[in-house]
Amino acid sequence: MLILSHISKTFNAGTVNERAALSDFSLHLAPGDFVTIIGSNGAGKSTLFNAICGSFLTDSGSITLDGEDITFMPEFIRAKSIGRLYQDPMRGSAPHMTIEENLALAAGSGGWFSHVSKADKERFRDRLALLEMGLEDRMRQPVGLLSGGQRQALTLLMATFTAPKLLLLDEHTAALDPGTAEKVLKITKDVVEADHITTLMVTHNMQQALELGNRTLMMASGHIVLDVGGAERSAMTTDDLIARFKAGSGKALDNDRIILS
Amino acid sequence: MNFPAILSLGQTALELGLICSLTVLALFLSYSMLNVCDLSTDGCFTLGAAVGAVVALSGHPLLAPLAAMGAGMCSGLVTAVLQTRLGIDSLLAGIIVNTGLYSINIAIMGGSSLLNLNKTDTVFTMMKTALQDTPFASQFKLVVGLIAAVLVILFLVFFLNTRLGLSIRATGDNPDMVRSSSINPIFTTTVGLCVANAFTGLSGCLLAQSQKSVSIDIGSGMVTIALASLLIGRTVMGKGGIPTRAVGMVVGAVIFRLVYAVALRFNMPAFMLKLVSSVIVVIAISGPYLKTQLPTLRRRLSQKKGVGKSC
Repeated sequence: MLILSHISKTFNAGTVNERAALSDFSLHLAPGDFVTIIGSNGAGKSTLFNAICGSFLTDSGSITLDGEDITFMPEFIRAKSIGRLYQDPMRGSAPHMTIEENLALAAGSGGWFSHVSKADKERFRDRLALLEMGLEDRMRQPVGLLSGGQRQALTLLMATFTAPKLLLLDEHTAALDPGTAEKVLKITKDVVEADHITTLMVTHNMQQALELGNRTLMMASGHIVLDVGGAERSAMTTDDLIARFKAGSGKALDNDRIILS
Repeated sequence: MNFPAILSLGQTALELGLICSLTVLALFLSYSMLNVCDLSTDGCFTLGAAVGAVVALSGHPLLAPLAAMGAGMCSGLVTAVLQTRLGIDSLLAGIIVNTGLYSINIAIMGGSSLLNLNKTDTVFTMMKTALQDTPFASQFKLVVGLIAAVLVILFLVFFLNTRLGLSIRATGDNPDMVRSSSINPIFTTTVGLCVANAFTGLSGCLLAQSQKSVSIDIGSGMVTIALASLLIGRTVMGKGGIPTRAVGMVVGAVIFRLVYAVALRFNMPAFMLKLVSSVIVVIAISGPYLKTQLPTLRRRLSQKKGVGKSC
C-alpha cells in the first residue's frame, strides 16, 4: 500500500544546525497494516509523517501510495487519500464553523458550488451517532464549543469520513485525559477495522504500541532500529521492547514522555 | 430644522450607507471570513469608480458596474498572487497594490484626476427615468443601492454555504487544519480576494455614478470607513448565521452614515469624517482587548493604593 524507498531529509543543510532527520529510510506497508511507531525524541517520527503528507519534499528517494508515485505531489492533493491527526485536538477542525459545516468540508463530495443536502445531513448524523458523544444533536453548534476529546473524535471522523488509503495518527490521544483518550482510541480501532484502513500510529505508550495493530516499529536518529510483527510481537513484553531497542540503537530509550505500562 | 430637511438628511445617509455597504460586505468576506486585512481596498474602490465612469462615458451604462467588478477582481487577483505565490506579507501586498493602483487609476481616467459624469447615462439616470411616474421618483438612488445590496447579500449567503465558500471560511478560521487538508489555501485565498474586490469595485462605481463625478481620492480612507461600519455591524448583529451577519454589515454601514450625518448637522466640519472613522475602528478593536485587561489593571491600582496606606 505504502512504499517508502530510500528517502532522506536533512534540515538546515550546509549550516552548523544541519540535522539528518531521515537518512536512507525505507518502509513497506501491506494493505490493512496497522503499525505502531515508538522512538526517542527527535527520532524522525514526525518528519516521517510530514514527508508522507508532503509538508516538504524529500531530498532523495521515492514515495508510492497504492501504486501511485506521490513523491512530488502537492500536499493538498495527497490529503485526498491521506488522513492525519495531530496531538493538538484544536488543529483538525475550524472552531467558528458548525459541526455540520466541518463535516461537509471533510465529506468533500460534489462540485465547488454544491450545498449540503438533506441526505448529507442524515449521513453526518448517523456517523456522529457512532461516536456516542451526543454530537449528532449539536450539529449546528460551532466546533469551538466542544471539549478536546470531542474535537479529536470529530477530527478522527472527518479524517476517515471517506475512507482514506492511509491514516496517520501522531500521538492523537496524548493531550487527552485518560478516560477520553481510551474512548478516542476505541473509536480509532473501530473505524480502522471497519474500513481496513492502512494506519501508522505514533505513540509513547509502550503497552499501547504492543497491543494495538499488527506490527511495531522503533525509530532512532532517522532509522528503523526494530521492526516486529506476528508471533514474535504477540509474545513480547514492554521490557523486551526496551531491551531490544537498546540492542538495536546502542543506547537507552531517552524519551521523557515514555509511558511504560 | 424642519421635518423635510431631516428626511432628506436621512435619505442621503441611507443612500450612501447602502452603496458603501458593498465595500463593507467585501471586507466581511476578506477580513471576517478569510482573515486577511486587504489594504488595497482604497485603490480598488477608486479603480471601480474610474473604470465604471469611463465605460459609462463611452455609452454603456449597464456594462459599467460589470466592468467595475471585473476590474476589482483583477486587482484582487494581483493582491492574492503577491501574498500567496510571491511570499509578500498580506498587509504589505495590499499596500503595494494600493500604491500601484493610484497610477493605474489616473491612466484609466485619461491622465486626469477628475472625471465629470453630469450628462452621462448611468444606472442611476436609467432608474430615474424608469421611476419618474411612480411615488418613488425621488428615491431612485435608494432603489439602486438597495437592489445592489440585496443582490450582494443573496450572493454571499449562497456562496459562503457552498463547498468553495466553506473552504474559504475554513482557510480563515484554522489555517493549520487547511494546510493538512485537501483544500488548497492558495486557491481559496485567491478566490476570496477576487470576489471581495469585485464588490469593492462595484461599490466605487456606484458611488461615483450617484454623485456624478470621480476624483482620484474618492476611495481614500475607504478601508477604515468600511472597517468602522463592519465593526458597528458586528456589534449590532454579530451573533447568528451568515445571513444575519451579512445584513448586519449593511446595517452597520447605514448606522455609520446616519451618525455622521447627525454630526454634520451639529456643525462638525465634513473633513472630520476620516478622523471619526479612525476613532471608531480604534475603539471597536481595542475595546474588547482593554476589557480583558481591566481586572489586571484594577488589581494593580488597588495594590498601589494599599501600599500608599501602609506607609
